[in-house]
Amino acid sequence: MTAPGPALSVTGLVKRYGGRPVVDGLSFELRRGTVLALLGPNGAGKSTTVEVCEGFRTPDAGEVRVLGLPPTDPSLRPRVGVMPQAGGAYPGLRCGEMLRLVASYAAHPLDPAQLLERLGLVEVARTPYRRLSGGQQQRLSLALAVVGRPELVFLDEPTAGLDPQARHATWELVEALRADGVSVLLTTHLLDEAERLADDVVIVDHGRVVAAGSVEALTSDQATGQLRFRATPGLDLDQLLLALPVGCAAKESPAGSYVVEGPHGAPIDPQVLATVTAWCAGSGAMARDLRIDRRSLEDVFLDLTGRQLRP
Amino acid sequence: MTWAPGSLAPRPGAAPLRRMLAAQTAAELKLVLRNGEQVLLSLVIPLALVVLLVTVPFITLEGTADGRRADFFVPGVLALAVMSAAFTGQAIAVGFERQYGVLKRLGATPLPRGVLLAAKTLSVLVVEVLQVGLLCAVGLALGWQPQGSPLAVLVLVVAGTGAFSGLGLLLGGTMRGLTTLAAANLLWFVLLVLGGVLFPLSAFGAAEPALSLLPTAALSTGLREVLQDGGTAVREVLVLLTWGALGLTAASRAFRWE
Repeated sequence: MTAPGPALSVTGLVKRYGGRPVVDGLSFELRRGTVLALLGPNGAGKSTTVEVCEGFRTPDAGEVRVLGLPPTDPSLRPRVGVMPQAGGAYPGLRCGEMLRLVASYAAHPLDPAQLLERLGLVEVARTPYRRLSGGQQQRLSLALAVVGRPELVFLDEPTAGLDPQARHATWELVEALRADGVSVLLTTHLLDEAERLADDVVIVDHGRVVAAGSVEALTSDQATGQLRFRATPGLDLDQLLLALPVGCAAKESPAGSYVVEGPHGAPIDPQVLATVTAWCAGSGAMARDLRIDRRSLEDVFLDLTGRQLRP
Repeated sequence: MTWAPGSLAPRPGAAPLRRMLAAQTAAELKLVLRNGEQVLLSLVIPLALVVLLVTVPFITLEGTADGRRADFFVPGVLALAVMSAAFTGQAIAVGFERQYGVLKRLGATPLPRGVLLAAKTLSVLVVEVLQVGLLCAVGLALGWQPQGSPLAVLVLVVAGTGAFSGLGLLLGGTMRGLTTLAAANLLWFVLLVLGGVLFPLSAFGAAEPALSLLPTAALSTGLREVLQDGGTAVREVLVLLTWGALGLTAASRAFRWE
């Protein structure tokens, strides 16, 4: 599978529902053999984007190429695995029957029994789909997406509603897919999931890309110069600023949580760190949870998409 | 437990069409035979009806005063059974499969849509073989004396299956699951009454020519013409073929996979 070009490329994608753009000029690229997370709040246009890539919806503008082909090309079907956000199985078929049925469509499927075991579905293999719990239905849906040994997998909210064990089983499967050279596009609004699984993250809001890049690049881009700690509230920061190099900033927000920034936004250096701890000692304050920050993906995400609740 | 390296390495490819067709047909059959309502509609009700209608004289037949009730009712119930399997059962199944996103998901697998529809048709035909076998056995036990050519019966049943499948796919392929359920059951009942299953069409007087164009009426009248009178039922086959052409064309245009 050394064919050239990206596994997926989306250029200027626009999709409107009733005149209202849900996806509004989205562009990104999934490199072969990597994991890309589309990250965004509910209603950001993630699922619509994935459904266009899966060939279920036709775009109003823009171009999508899946393994170099138009998304509806029939030759893509064996090469692409799809996990929709919900449903997609016969309610009257048993869990194991459904997996074996979809396996029978493939020339060289994975062993259904092994998949059931790895995803913790052995006990419910003989349970009809409609009686599976939401989490079990999700895991079966994931198994259905990968059983045909595709080159590219679309996972729409693969861990929504999963308990921690099931989430880890899903993560392990995605990591193993990546290690074996499968390209994965997943949507999530879980930051830890994107941080753990994705090589690249595309943060989407209101149908547009608001940030894109590797997790590393997104989180180290700005604000590397912060030192955070917690201590008794109300310490006299003016005293601290006098002791620190010129150009440093310090604030307390909320009470008891302190942030010190390096001189003129420069990284925190050992001198600044030593000064802060010495000043704490001098003030009789015990600095707890002291850390020199990278911004978390969560900070980046909330800064970019706003902090107000979405409907 | 971890995945052995290479165990998930891509190896895409579609299975041979015949293997897909066999697996899909087996799955469709399992779904029908496990669905209590479908078994009730396609097997239990027709069998109960044939026994009741033949043995309990609550419907008086003119022109069959010689007691040949079985000769009149067995062909009518055969027509009802075909309608139940090909129209009502299929419409309801497809309606819910769309609503549950099954057909959408299958659209993203290597299973071609043509193979999916072929599997549905095959499973309907297998159910019909069961129906015809059981109804004929019960009918014969009740003194039924079929006439006519088995080939003419086969032609009528296949043409009827085409007509009812087209209408079933049209209904199930365009409406929501619950709407389909309600509409398909209602139509089943209306066609049971007006379709020449329980009463001869002549019982409806002036409406007879119009009613005879209903697919159920065409199938029940045609089956009677062959099985009761040893005739050929060319007109009825033509009516059914027309319904089939119209229904399948409309279904293929209007069918929505989700």
